[in-house]
Amino acid sequence: MNNLLFMIVKRVALGVLTLILLSLLIFLSVEALPGDLAQEILGQQATPEAVAAIRKDLGLDLPPHIRYVNWLGGMLQGDFGTSLALKRPIIDLIAPRLQNTLFLTLYTACIAVPLAILLGMMASLFRNSYFDRISNASALSAISMPEFFVGYILIYFLALSGYFPSMANITPSTPLFEKLYACFLPALTLTLVVTAHMMRMTRAAIINILALPYIEMAHLKGVRPSRIIFRHALPNALAPIVNVVALNLAYLITGVVIVEIVFVFPGLGQLMVDGVRFRDVPVVQASSLVFASAYVGLNLLADIISTATNPRLMRRK
Amino acid sequence: MSKKTTTTAPLLTMLNVHIKGLSDETWVDIINGVDLDLRRGEVLGLIGESGAGKSTLGLAAMGFCRDGCKITDGSIEFDGLDLLSQSRQQLRQLRGRRIAYVAQSAAASFNPAHRLIDQFCEAPLKHDVMARTEAEIYATSLYERMNLPDPDEFGYRYPHEVSGGQLQRAMTAMALSCRPDLIIFDEPTTALDVTTQIEVLAAIRDIVKQFNTAAIYISHDLAVVAQMADTIKVLLKGDEVEQATTPKMLKSPKEDYTKSLWAVREYARAEQPPVTGQQPVIEINNVTAGYSPRQDILKNVSFAIHKRRTVAVVGESGSGKSTTARVITGLLQPRMGSVSFAGTPLPASYQDRSRDQLRHVQMIYQMADTALNPKLRIRNLIARPAAMYLGLSGRALEDRVRDLLRMIEMEPDQYIDRLPSELSGGQKQRIGIARAIAAEPGFIICDEVTSALDQLVAEGILKLLDRLQSELDLSFMFITHDLATVRAIADEVVVMKDGDVVEQGPKSEMFVPPHHPYTELLLGSVPEMDPTWLDRLLDSRGADNIGDAAIARMK
Repeated sequence: MNNLLFMIVKRVALGVLTLILLSLLIFLSVEALPGDLAQEILGQQATPEAVAAIRKDLGLDLPPHIRYVNWLGGMLQGDFGTSLALKRPIIDLIAPRLQNTLFLTLYTACIAVPLAILLGMMASLFRNSYFDRISNASALSAISMPEFFVGYILIYFLALSGYFPSMANITPSTPLFEKLYACFLPALTLTLVVTAHMMRMTRAAIINILALPYIEMAHLKGVRPSRIIFRHALPNALAPIVNVVALNLAYLITGVVIVEIVFVFPGLGQLMVDGVRFRDVPVVQASSLVFASAYVGLNLLADIISTATNPRLMRRK
Repeated sequence: MSKKTTTTAPLLTMLNVHIKGLSDETWVDIINGVDLDLRRGEVLGLIGESGAGKSTLGLAAMGFCRDGCKITDGSIEFDGLDLLSQSRQQLRQLRGRRIAYVAQSAAASFNPAHRLIDQFCEAPLKHDVMARTEAEIYATSLYERMNLPDPDEFGYRYPHEVSGGQLQRAMTAMALSCRPDLIIFDEPTTALDVTTQIEVLAAIRDIVKQFNTAAIYISHDLAVVAQMADTIKVLLKGDEVEQATTPKMLKSPKEDYTKSLWAVREYARAEQPPVTGQQPVIEINNVTAGYSPRQDILKNVSFAIHKRRTVAVVGESGSGKSTTARVITGLLQPRMGSVSFAGTPLPASYQDRSRDQLRHVQMIYQMADTALNPKLRIRNLIARPAAMYLGLSGRALEDRVRDLLRMIEMEPDQYIDRLPSELSGGQKQRIGIARAIAAEPGFIICDEVTSALDQLVAEGILKLLDRLQSELDLSFMFITHDLATVRAIADEVVVMKDGDVVEQGPKSEMFVPPHHPYTELLLGSVPEMDPTWLDRLLDSRGADNIGDAAIARMK
C-alpha cells in the first residue's frame, strides 16, 4: 500500500509541476499575441493619456514576470480575474459552463466507455467474425466523419422528426431528467466520435494478450473463452485501455467546441472561443488553464489506476 | 520408477496422427503419422530436437492445436473417448479436469494479475470438482507435498513474488488440482538452473508415483528424461525414430540418430596445459560493480585469461557471469578494480577506448536471432566490422568476407546474399562467430552461445570455436550454466556465486574432488544418463536438501 501512496504523491507532484509549466506557456503565448489590450478597449480615437490610464488600471504597465506571479497567485486563491468584455468576475462565467461541460462529458462517458470496452471485448472474442468486421467498420466510419456532420445527421433524423430537441441550451435550474433529454443528441454525437478509438484500443490490447502463454494455459485448464477474455486477458490489458479512455475523456472536456456550437450548448469551449474573439485575455487564460488541469488530472488518474491494477507494480518483492 | 500393470487397457491411444502447420501460407507437415500408447501410472518420455514436434504431439493428446495447426489424420482416444470427434465444450470439460498440462515456462504461463491460489482453484471450481474452501485446503496440502515454503501462505502470493523453481512446482500443483488421469509435462525444467531443476524433478516424480497418474514427459535433455520416464520415444522432424523402455534405450539404442544424440555428450577436447610466467591476454583485477550504488552484483572478482586458452565462467542465473562480461566490454563501469588487455589497463567505459582496444574485445551472443540485424544480408553483417576496424573496402573487403565464410564452414556463393531469416539457428550462430572474428580480435566473450541450440548443432559450434582458437590464436571467455559444455571446451573454470568467485582452476581439477561446497552442489546436480541417478542423489542428500534449500543452507 505504501508503494501506491508514494507513487501517487510522486505523480501528483509531477502533475503540479506540469501545470505550472503549462501556466507559464499559456501566459507567454497570450503575451505574444499582437495588439494592445488597452488600445482595443478604448478604440481608435483614444488619447494616449486615456490608454496609459487604463493600462495602469489593468496592471498592464507592470513587468511581465510580476503580472505572471499575480495572475498565478490569484488563480491559486480562486480569483480568476475579471472579464474585460463582460466586466464580470471570470469565476462566475466559468463555473456554470464548466459544470455543463462536465455534465456532458460524464453523460457521454457513461454511454461511450462501457459500450467501447464491451464492443472491444466482444470483437476480440469473436475475432475476424462478421461481428468483429461490422463493429470495426462502423466504428471507423463514425470516427471518419467530422463531428458537425454527425451532429447534423442526427438532428436531421432524430430532431426534425421530433424525438429529441436539436438545441441543448440548458441552464443550472433545468431538472436532471430534462437535462438528460436535452443533451441526448450532443452526447450521442460525442459517443459516436470517441467510441471507435477506445473500442479499437481495447480490442488490440486484448488480442495482444491472447497470444501469451498464460492464455494458452487457461485454454488448457478448460476455461470458457468468454471467461478467458474477461478474467485472464482484460486485467492485464487494463493499462493501455485506461490510458486511451483518459485521453478521450480529456478530449471530451477540451475539444468539443464544434459540437457545442451545433447544438447551442453553453459549454466551456464556447466561452473560450468568445474570449478569443473579443480579445478577452483573462478569460482565455483562465479557460486554457482549466483545460490543462483537466488534461493533466485525467492522465494522472489513468496512471494511478493502471498502476493500482498491476500487482507487479503494487507488490514489489 | 512406478510399477506398471500391463493388463489394463491403455488410457491414451494415438494412432497414425498427422498434424500440419501453417508456415508462410502453406501447410507443412509437423507430425507424420505417430502412434502412441499410454497406460495409467505410466510415464512416457518424448525426446527430440527443436522442431521435432514434441510439444505439438503433447498438446494433441489434449485434443488441442495451437493457432495455425490442424490434425489432419489419425485418431486420438482418451479413456474410450475419441478426442477428435468431441465438441469444443466436451473437450473443455476434459482439459484441466482429466488431462492437465505443465508448461515450459511457469513464469510466462501463470497469469501475472492473479494470486497463485486463485489460479489453482479456477479449474476445480469451473469443473465443479470441488468447492472453493475444499480446493484451497487441497492446494495447501499439495504445496506442502512439493516442499514449497510456507504452504499456508504460499498461494496468496502473486507469480512475480516467488522464484522460478517454486513457480514451476506451483504449476505442477495446479495441474494436479482436479486429480487428472494424465498430465503433459512440456519441458518443465528447461528454463531452470541445474540445482533448481532437481527439486522440481523430485517433486514431479513423487507426485506422479503417489497419484498413479499417467504422464507424457517432453524434453530435449536425455539425462532428465532418463530419470522420469518408463519408456522413451525418440522423435525426429515429426517421425518416430524408435521407442523402448528407458534402461534399454540408454544401454542399446538401435537407430543411428539416437546413437548420435547419445554421443554428443561425450565430446571433450583435450585440456591445454596451464600457462605460467606469461602476460595474460585479459586480466580482471578486483572488480566490484553493480547497477545501483547500493547493491554490488560483482564483489572483488579477479581472474585472468591467457593466450589460446578458454576460461569457462559457470554459475547460476544471477551469479554475475554476464555482468562480468559487461565490465570487460566497457558497457558497465566498475565501482572498483580494472580490466587489462595484454598488460595495459582498458579505460572503464567503451566510449573512452580506442578503436584498436574495441577491436580486440568481441562478443558472441546467446540469441543469434536477436543479435543479427534482420534487415542486413550476410555480406553486410560480416563486412561491417571488417570495414570499420581494418579499413578494408571494395575487392579486399569482399575477399575477406568470403574467407570468413569459408572459415565458419559456410559456402560463400550460397550464403553471402542471404538474410538471417533464411538461415537455421546453428547457421545464424556461425554468422555471429564470423562477425566477431572479422574484427581480428585477441579475445572473444561467448555468452551462452550454445544454450539456445540443439545438442548436435551445439557440438558443431563448439568444434568450430575450438578450431578457430588454434588457427587464430584466440582467447575465449565462455559464459555458461551447462557443465557439459564446460567439460567439452574449457581449459580453466571459474565458478561464480552471488558475485563472488568461489573456485577457479584447471578443468581437470574442477571435475575431481575436493571442491568448494557450491561447486560440489553444481556438479552433483547435473543429471546423468543413468535412470537411478535421481534416486541415488535423493538418498544421499535427503529430500529436504536439494535446490533452493541446499543453497540456502550454504549461506
